[in-house]
Amino acid sequence: MKDNASNPAILELENLSKSFDLDKGFLETIKFKKGRITREKRSVHAVNDISLTITKGEALCVVGESGCGKSTVARLVSGLLNPTKGAIHYDGHRIDTLKGNALLPYRKRMQMIFQNPYASLNPRMTIQQALEEPVRHHNPSFSRGQIKDKVTEVMQSVGVDPSWASRYPHEFSGGQRQRIAIARALTVDPEFVIADEPISALDVSIQAQVLNLMLEAKEDRGLTYLFITHDLSVVQHFGTRVAVLYLGSICELADTATLFANPKHPYTRALLSAVPQLSDDRPNHIRLKGEIPTPINLPKGCPFQSRCAYADARCGTEQPLAIEQSDGSVVACHAVEEGRID
Amino acid sequence: MSMMADHQGNSLFARIMNSNMAYSFKRNPVAIVSMAIFLIITLAAVFAPLIAPTDPYDPSLYDILDSELPPAWTNQGDPKFLFGTDDQGRDLWSAILYGTRTSLIIGICAVFVQAFLGISIGLISGYVGGRIDNILMRFADIQLSFSTLMVAIIFLAVSQALFGSETFNKYALFMLVGVIGIAEWPQYARTVRATVLAEKKKEYVDSARVLGFSSIRIMVRHILPNSLSPIFVISTVQVANAIISEASLSFLGLGMPVSQPSLGSLISSGFDYIFSGSWWITTIPGVVLVVLVLVINLLGDWMRDVLNPKLYKG
Repeated sequence: MKDNASNPAILELENLSKSFDLDKGFLETIKFKKGRITREKRSVHAVNDISLTITKGEALCVVGESGCGKSTVARLVSGLLNPTKGAIHYDGHRIDTLKGNALLPYRKRMQMIFQNPYASLNPRMTIQQALEEPVRHHNPSFSRGQIKDKVTEVMQSVGVDPSWASRYPHEFSGGQRQRIAIARALTVDPEFVIADEPISALDVSIQAQVLNLMLEAKEDRGLTYLFITHDLSVVQHFGTRVAVLYLGSICELADTATLFANPKHPYTRALLSAVPQLSDDRPNHIRLKGEIPTPINLPKGCPFQSRCAYADARCGTEQPLAIEQSDGSVVACHAVEEGRID
Repeated sequence: MSMMADHQGNSLFARIMNSNMAYSFKRNPVAIVSMAIFLIITLAAVFAPLIAPTDPYDPSLYDILDSELPPAWTNQGDPKFLFGTDDQGRDLWSAILYGTRTSLIIGICAVFVQAFLGISIGLISGYVGGRIDNILMRFADIQLSFSTLMVAIIFLAVSQALFGSETFNKYALFMLVGVIGIAEWPQYARTVRATVLAEKKKEYVDSARVLGFSSIRIMVRHILPNSLSPIFVISTVQVANAIISEASLSFLGLGMPVSQPSLGSLISSGFDYIFSGSWWITTIPGVVLVVLVLVINLLGDWMRDVLNPKLYKG
């Protein structure tokens, strides 16, 4: 993380939490249990106390299994959801409390690419309309010619022929649509892009294409990425740093190379050992027992204790803190802290 | 690239002819016949002043000696009066043409009022959600628990008593449009709200929000165009309903005055004479009304089948 020290932080998440209420309204909170009427308010704790710093020019990947809160993090950062607790700072300014027009300058600097290219483009708008709309909205002073030029420029930069602009999204393939969705995000010249599993809905043969396009855009435009994925080989190819999420908490945060060479958290190890390999004739997977626990009733102590081979009494009572290791990675695990692993 | 050229070279007409809707239309004889009848009735209504042999709104043209003449094809019929005359000696054929026009105008305008109110309320309710949604939808429930006719009868009867029938007759058309329009907005609001709830979860709405578009822009430019198919379907059905409501109200004497009859008031004006043998004054406008409503409903049915993707892809 040497070069990161000199780079300024672009985005800071400070003890960010998000929970979704399951029982909305007074009537739903009244339950009948064991012969007694009680009041109970349940909520899903999707993201718990996450602190992260993203520096300019990096590509921070967030990985984890389904339901661990990856997408919620992306939606919190992009402002689609409001955090329950904590704060989001963009370039030193707190943005999670801003509303409407006050947020507009940050919308221009921060864009999002979505998972499903079949749903993320409005089916009733031609590509031209879809790409022109954000340019016009964020640059009211642009002339028609300037808007057209901008649209042509972005379309070329994502490798979509500008002469196709009068077509509708359904006339394109998934990969083309995702490139158009990327073009749409790029029309406002953002510096920070949140990508929520942008390639997981695509054909494997197209995934590399889109990924390389995103890397190219990173080089050419100096973009910073927050990249949500569950595909570890993508992380290795794309990310500069990785945050491993489990049940809404970060268990390990490290440089990509460090994480792949020397994973420390037991969950990270299990995750990495599950990556299929070509030379894998004698698989030596770490098999996790059981399922990811429900995020409604979070376990006390370490969120991973129920499936961890190293869990002891302390893990059941005390939540592990994120502690920086000698190689720069940050790990939240009692076993690592006490040196019980390796 | 040749495909490309094709695509852009096609005119709007060719695009319409190649669409799914045109395809299903061409293969559906019921839809074709309904559309043909509907077009004939509509054209006849629109060009009523050109087609009608006399002006039914001008009492100086009636001759009381011509009163209650049967249709032209019967024995005592007068070839001058194709569908006979009513008790005032008014030519029924002209009266039906003008009456159809009035009925269609009221039906369509009332649906515009309904659609405007219902779509705005439905969009806001579905998109904003929460407390506003609750309040608006409870209003819709309350409105739905009164029957349209009851609301209309009370409102029209009170305003008739209040303003006197002279003033009332003058503004009857606007009153009918307003009252039918306002009484039926929940139909639209509920349908639109349901579609909006489904659409707003889609990623293109999120993408528009991340791009910083205002809520109104997202509702009108993004969600509304994607919610149009159910709106089209209920619009056709609602036009038919509004025409029937108008006819019922006119029949009850709360609608269009006899001097400017709609189909409903024509049916009503002939009702007194039906047992004295003058069946045509009620029956012929009645048949026109039934046919008009039937073809609109059949077209609505066909449209629902085409626009419902579950039916045509499944």
